[in-house]
Amino acid sequence: MFPAIKSQVLLAVGLAALVTYALRLGGLLLAAHFPRAGRFRKGMDALPGALLFALVLPSIVSEGVWGLVAAGLTALTVVRTRNPLLAMLVGMLVIFAARKMGR
Amino acid sequence: MKSDFVRGAAANLPMAASVAAYGSVLGVLASQKGLSWLDLMFMNTTVFAGSAQFVMVDMWTRPLPVIEMALAVLVINLRYLLIGASLEPLFAGRSLLCKIFMMHLVADENWAITMAEGRRGKASVGFLFGGGVTLFLSWSIGTLGGMLGGGFIAHPEEYALDFAFTAVFTALAVGLWQGKKDFLPWLVAGSLALLAHHFLPGKWYIVIGGLGGALAAMLGPMETAALEEDADVPGY
Repeated sequence: MFPAIKSQVLLAVGLAALVTYALRLGGLLLAAHFPRAGRFRKGMDALPGALLFALVLPSIVSEGVWGLVAAGLTALTVVRTRNPLLAMLVGMLVIFAARKMGR
Repeated sequence: MKSDFVRGAAANLPMAASVAAYGSVLGVLASQKGLSWLDLMFMNTTVFAGSAQFVMVDMWTRPLPVIEMALAVLVINLRYLLIGASLEPLFAGRSLLCKIFMMHLVADENWAITMAEGRRGKASVGFLFGGGVTLFLSWSIGTLGGMLGGGFIAHPEEYALDFAFTAVFTALAVGLWQGKKDFLPWLVAGSLALLAHHFLPGKWYIVIGGLGGALAAMLGPMETAALEEDADVPGY
């Protein structure tokens, strides 16, 4: 059975896709006009890490103390083993155990 | 020598498992909201952005709030403007056509792995794209698997599957740490993100935190080497 995509789904998803792709390509094309040295460059170098940290920190904190424990052990595991998959499993295990105990 | 494409595809394999894990959560949610597998695959292929797709599925009601959805996706994915900008050195000298084709499969994971690889001087456009293909396949398998097997994991949060996203990005962030010069930018990024998360609706905290951190690095103290480099540039 092959379902059809409804026209409003086509519109909603299509618009979201257009917005996302425009941001991806737009950033790349705009950056050709950015300065390549000095303070601006320093900001761009710091951006990737700062962005990911801003992405995860609120989710970590909203899990409470166990979120901090999970994130700390995840970070420690990836530093020691260089294995992000193992690090992820360690973090998930802490949250899994914390939620089981909290019940 | 292995091609950069294969190296990139392989380097993203550890990510693929985690992407499939939180993809399965999206699949469960999508089936609960009444999306068909074709709707989901259409979204996976055209949008290809995890956190935005979570929010879209969350907003999925009849009739679809088309404009609100597009605005929410714009805010969540504003970071791709910054991600795209940070890839500019990697694409130096490439044709516009190459950029147009290669940028679609840029996600957080293959971008972060490519940036880390770039610090060792071994990143390339092929490496980035290989990673993108791995992620697209695992994202599709994970989301469809979650949708079809939805009955088996009705409550994904019980198994902490919703924390997979946070955990894997925590690990990726650690890989991007550049040493003590990152302390101030990360402190500012984290503080702003927590404040924005508390006081603002939606996902503004990602862009506000990231930009704040970059700004802190820009305005913060320069090392002596960088100052000397600056001195070579004629004043304005």
